Amino acid sequence: MEYVKRRRLTSFVLLGFLLVIAGLVAGCGQQEVADKTENKQLSGTITVAGSTSVQPFSDVLAEEFIKNHPGVQIDVQGGGSSQGIQATVSGAADIGASSRELKPEEKSQGLVETTIALDGIAIIVHPSNSVSDITVEDLRNIYLGNIKNWKELGGKDSPITVVCREAGSGTRGAFEELIMNKENISNQVVIQPSTGAVKTTVAGDEKAIGFVSMASVDKDVKTLKIDGVEASVANVKNGSYKISRPFLYLTKGEAQGLTQAFIDFVLSDEGQALVQEEGAITVK
Amino acid sequence: MNNRTQEITAGTMEAAKLWAIRSIIRKNSTSGLNRDKLVEMILMLSAAIFILAIVVISLFIIIRGLPLIYKVGIADFLLQLEWNPTAGSFGIGTMLAGTLAVTLTALLWAVPLGLATSIFMVELAPIRIGKLMGSLIELLAGIPSVVYGFFGLIVIVPFIRNYLGGSGLSVLTGAIILGVMILPTIINISRDAIAAVPLDYKVGSLALGASHFQSIRRVILPAARSGIITAIILGMGRAIGETMAVVMVTGNSTIIPHSMLSSTRTMTSNIVLEMGYASGDHQAALFATGVILFIFIIILNLVVNLSLKAGKKYGAN
Repeated sequence: MEYVKRRRLTSFVLLGFLLVIAGLVAGCGQQEVADKTENKQLSGTITVAGSTSVQPFSDVLAEEFIKNHPGVQIDVQGGGSSQGIQATVSGAADIGASSRELKPEEKSQGLVETTIALDGIAIIVHPSNSVSDITVEDLRNIYLGNIKNWKELGGKDSPITVVCREAGSGTRGAFEELIMNKENISNQVVIQPSTGAVKTTVAGDEKAIGFVSMASVDKDVKTLKIDGVEASVANVKNGSYKISRPFLYLTKGEAQGLTQAFIDFVLSDEGQALVQEEGAITVK
Repeated sequence: MNNRTQEITAGTMEAAKLWAIRSIIRKNSTSGLNRDKLVEMILMLSAAIFILAIVVISLFIIIRGLPLIYKVGIADFLLQLEWNPTAGSFGIGTMLAGTLAVTLTALLWAVPLGLATSIFMVELAPIRIGKLMGSLIELLAGIPSVVYGFFGLIVIVPFIRNYLGGSGLSVLTGAIILGVMILPTIINISRDAIAAVPLDYKVGSLALGASHFQSIRRVILPAARSGIITAIILGMGRAIGETMAVVMVTGNSTIIPHSMLSSTRTMTSNIVLEMGYASGDHQAALFATGVILFIFIIILNLVVNLSLKAGKKYGAN
């Protein structure tokens, strides 16, 4: 009986092994098929990876594109601007999405940038907050840790919970560049790792202030005017609302085939209309 | 009819045994050796792949992280309080402090609670209730950490913000969530250690006139000591390594926490927070943080091994 048991065990191990190997082989096979079909007219798979701010736009654009071209599959992934850039350089993604300008060392790796949209950065507070207008100077002082109480801005007598994105985030990069004037954001601020997390924190805390992509603002939070200018698409476009940044699509070398077709679609009137519908600002 | 079925079953069993024995003899006498060799090779290959995975991962982390530690200097990297990776300051001092603050606070309440629970389960609870608690603990251990984090964010953060002040994203919130998460580890291992104490010890102690509580305190707990220490250290390891739940509820400021309500950042949080957007030296600094974590966990594992060995030496467990 002992022998029988042992044999059964080894056959299980063997079976498991075969399954794993079969899985690997199947995976490789699929990849090859996808690669082969990519060159043909508008069928195959492309991968878009990168900034979580750009992701919702890529999702909508990809969905619409697939509707028009049933043979195409577009895989939209998040991960962050830097991961998107790296994935594009390494070839893991066909298109990298970035919500920040490229650094010089990234530019030198043969990436071609296409600006697909502009995005305003909204300063958000809890809906119950009585403050509705803020100056760039006050905003900078809040993030430097010099202004600590809403009272100083004409609000209630309560401490300010300052919410910020993590170092390296595209949104934070744009905020630092446009508001902070090269001074470092105080290390006392609460750091949240995504647009959604910043919004959730601000929506739940009456004392909080934060900044997020204008496209993701909804009724759970209240947007502050900056120097009297409303955060609106029109104001970003005419340049009176100062805090904005580009959304980039990156390709390794000039885009070709399906990738080219998708980017053309994104820049077309139809694609740009979708971009606008989702709350960003068109490039044309 | 029952008899018939039994007879048939017995007959089948007999036939199966005969077949098995015959096939074993046949295999051993003919192709048995080759087959054994093949299976041995496959098993060895599995082990080799496992070892390779560990070596590759360790090497990768070290190769990516170590150059930056050299560049910054190990002392500066560990003790500097300034973390501004995009501007070139790489000090994880605040995160070391944050990790210790959150972990120790979690242990502070989870160890007494876990130990008391495990004593209750072994010594006091009726068997059925002990078993029920055992499966509840398994359940607790099976909940994904992001669910704990979500619960913390939705329930505990607002509670602390409204009743204790601050933003609610704090050391205390992190410690509460982490404590719950490490309870299963602490309870399971210390329960096994306590249950493994020979019954003679307890019976002897009771026979000498000690009360049940005195026996637990003076005899059973000391005898289970090394297992309990292992439980605490493994719990600590889990707490140090935990990431998702902590990121969601501690606020992640790079400051040394000055109170229980102050926000803080742990080393694991640092990696997961900034990984998505990091590049160049910034990314290397995150790998370097990983190297430090790695060393932490290795030290903890060594301590566990030592305490287990010490336990064996003194004959308990």
